[in-house]
Amino acid sequence: METKTKDFKYVYDKPEALVDKVTHYCPGCGHGIVHKLLAEVIDELGVREKAIIVAPVGCSVLIYDYMNFDGCEASHGRAPAVATGLKRVNPDSIVVAYQGDGDLLAIGTGEAIHAANRGENITTIFINNAIYGMTGGQMAPTTMEKQITATTPYGRDPMDVGFPIRGCELLNTLERPVFIERCSIYDFKNTLKTKKAIKKGIKNQIEGRGYSFIEVLSTCPTNWGMKPQEAANWVKDTMVPYYPLGNFRDN
Amino acid sequence: MNEKILMKGNEALGEAAIIAGCRFYFGYPITPQNEVPAYMSRRLPQEGGTFLQAESELAAINMVYGASAAGARVMTSSSSPGISLKQEGLSYIAGAELPCVVVNIMRGGPGLGNIAGSQGDYFQSTRGGGNGDYRQLVLTPATVQEMADLTVLAFDLADEYRIAVLILGDGYLGQISEALVLPKPTGKVFEKPWALTGAKGRKPNKVASLRLVPETSLEELNLVLDEKYKKISAKECRSESYLTEDADYLLVAYGTSSRICREAVNELREEGIKAGLFRLITAWPFPAEALRIASAKAKKILTVEMSLGQMIEDVKLSVKDPERVDFYGRSGGMLPETDEIKRRIKAYGN
Amino acid sequence: MHEEIIVAGFGGQGVIMAGKLLCVAAMNENKYVSHIPSYGAEMRGGTANCSVVISDKEISSPTVPKPSIAIVMNAPSLAKFEPRVKPGGLLIYNSSLIDQKPKRTDITTVGIKANDISEAEGSLRAANMAAIGKLQALKPEIASLDSVIKALDVVISARNRKHNDTNIKVLKKANS
Ligand SMILES: Cc1ncc(C[n+]2csc(CCOP(=O)(O)OP(=O)(O)O)c2C)c(N)n1
Ligand code: SF4
Ligand SMILES: [Mg+2]
Repeated sequence: METKTKDFKYVYDKPEALVDKVTHYCPGCGHGIVHKLLAEVIDELGVREKAIIVAPVGCSVLIYDYMNFDGCEASHGRAPAVATGLKRVNPDSIVVAYQGDGDLLAIGTGEAIHAANRGENITTIFINNAIYGMTGGQMAPTTMEKQITATTPYGRDPMDVGFPIRGCELLNTLERPVFIERCSIYDFKNTLKTKKAIKKGIKNQIEGRGYSFIEVLSTCPTNWGMKPQEAANWVKDTMVPYYPLGNFRDN
Repeated sequence: MNEKILMKGNEALGEAAIIAGCRFYFGYPITPQNEVPAYMSRRLPQEGGTFLQAESELAAINMVYGASAAGARVMTSSSSPGISLKQEGLSYIAGAELPCVVVNIMRGGPGLGNIAGSQGDYFQSTRGGGNGDYRQLVLTPATVQEMADLTVLAFDLADEYRIAVLILGDGYLGQISEALVLPKPTGKVFEKPWALTGAKGRKPNKVASLRLVPETSLEELNLVLDEKYKKISAKECRSESYLTEDADYLLVAYGTSSRICREAVNELREEGIKAGLFRLITAWPFPAEALRIASAKAKKILTVEMSLGQMIEDVKLSVKDPERVDFYGRSGGMLPETDEIKRRIKAYGN
Repeated sequence: MHEEIIVAGFGGQGVIMAGKLLCVAAMNENKYVSHIPSYGAEMRGGTANCSVVISDKEISSPTVPKPSIAIVMNAPSLAKFEPRVKPGGLLIYNSSLIDQKPKRTDITTVGIKANDISEAEGSLRAANMAAIGKLQALKPEIASLDSVIKALDVVISARNRKHNDTNIKVLKKANS
């Protein structure tokens, strides 16, 4: 059967910056959604050939296999330092450090704070799923109060291990970051907002304005022991009240 | 209470530590040892102990340093990349002569590698991965029972010699479940007059490794450490010789690879080939003397490792006529195969 | 007696637990046992398996590259493990979920409608018990049915022990 393709126009296509490949993520995982948003933004801003993704150690450790541009592994928590090295050698490249909550706010807190404080001209995407996904569901620095995980079998007790850390608010005490925003992918509207924030973060970098930080409240249905829709609801009902969405800084 | 239970290696380790009187555990998640922190997070609070998930392995080993300096029995566990991060702390622990137990459930490397079992950290463990002139005791269990028994022993050795004792397992040993008879506490008590418990009625104690005047005090410390290391080398070598007395062919291995060698030895014996196995139980101190004896009559010595050849250096340094020493190893999380071991032994001929 | 067993299926079908059940039952009859699960990233595709060795002799190698017995609970596991079974070995497959027949003729293949048997007893979650019940009938030397039933109290967590009546019914049904 013949179709008159000229009568049709593409309204939707896979971004060029995304590799056509099935990801290894669990059903309902937020990582895949954010990957796609990032790829779309990279395409829309036409920087695919200058972009470098710095992968974390976490479930998204293979993000460089899904991004159709250059990629670099970093050891656990060191993505901001690796990104600093990449960017300082080639200031024209577009460097994105993609990190989980364990990666960025536990083992890599030092690197994260200091890259932000130096105002490195990079973009950080911070996936807050309140858990260590890859290692099988241990407490993350962002794990909610009373949340049961593999290493908080009696629930997270803030009097023992502290309250969940708010990344945006923490970085917002520093002078040099130019853009700090918390978004989520729990529904369509918020997903679009996330894309807008990522776009702003990359634009800042293109314009040489400095450090941008985008936190995404994400899902880990597998380690939360929930169905995908329940997980999305849990973000909205449990995480958002503690981690308020919105822009903290836009200089 | 000699009842057999089925237990996973990583959990046996945790329970054994509790039996040995360990009430403090500091660690950071990493596969394939995640059952250790999970187990300790559940069990230690029940025993009035403290489980703390550190923000990194760097933090974990320094929490161990502090807890040990305060006089407690303390343990941390990790797997290869995390143990790499602990090397700085281990060097300080050696310098300050602090007792502690550190578990490495090795996985494939270098770098992020993979999460399957490996024996790629032998050099790091036995040669000292941190800076300076130091040693640490290295125990190499091969069964779940040994994971437990050697853990109990490790705490006594650590206290006796004021040294870090490393339990060097691998991903397979961490994940395997086998029958286990829980070990009993040894009941040994160690005085810790050096511990930081408050200078009440005594001179202040200092825990440190800094020795600024080179001619006198750092070398002095190094010589004191060296005396200790010599004493450990003389007294604490451990190994198992299996059918070695008349062995024409000697396999040398430790941990999981030694189990595979044992199977190969049994099958070769059934075919009338005189094979034997020398198995390390301590990798440092290396049981050189026992190996010399076990290998005396062997025509060939096959070193089998889950690496591309690390322990073989110690084997060559220990045996007479090191040209007899050959090597078979698999790496990157792969296991040596019984059939391949047999094939190689047969290929040596009469 | 020396059996090297693979139990494989979807995550959630209780294959790891089924392997442990065999181990505890045989251990209590003074046999040597070992159990090692597939773990980590291998689990993320949604399939799971464990390697079990049960023997009169000390167990040297805990891995099972060529099983003498394979229990496969879903089609991907059949595809993966059928070729690995030792000639003369035994393959038990869950014919409730696997449509195609095994191809090998040099091994014994036995289909069991594990999900159907489990469902008939009022629960879908005991399909693993059906497979173990069948295995026990075919290879009673591994462990007696009595030992397997006793092992349930050890292997099943306190929270799920209330289902043990169903588990026992399914075990027995598949066993007879
Ligand atoms: C030095 C070191 N320690 C520990 C690990 C094990 N590890 C891998 S990923 C991870 C945590 C991942 O959690 P997160 O950063 O929140 O990412 P997620 O998987 O949730 O996306 C850990 C502890 C490692 N690879 N290296
Ligand atoms: S474990 Fe959690 S974070 Fe990892 S892929 Fe699955 S859902 Fe995503
Ligand atoms: Mg996370």
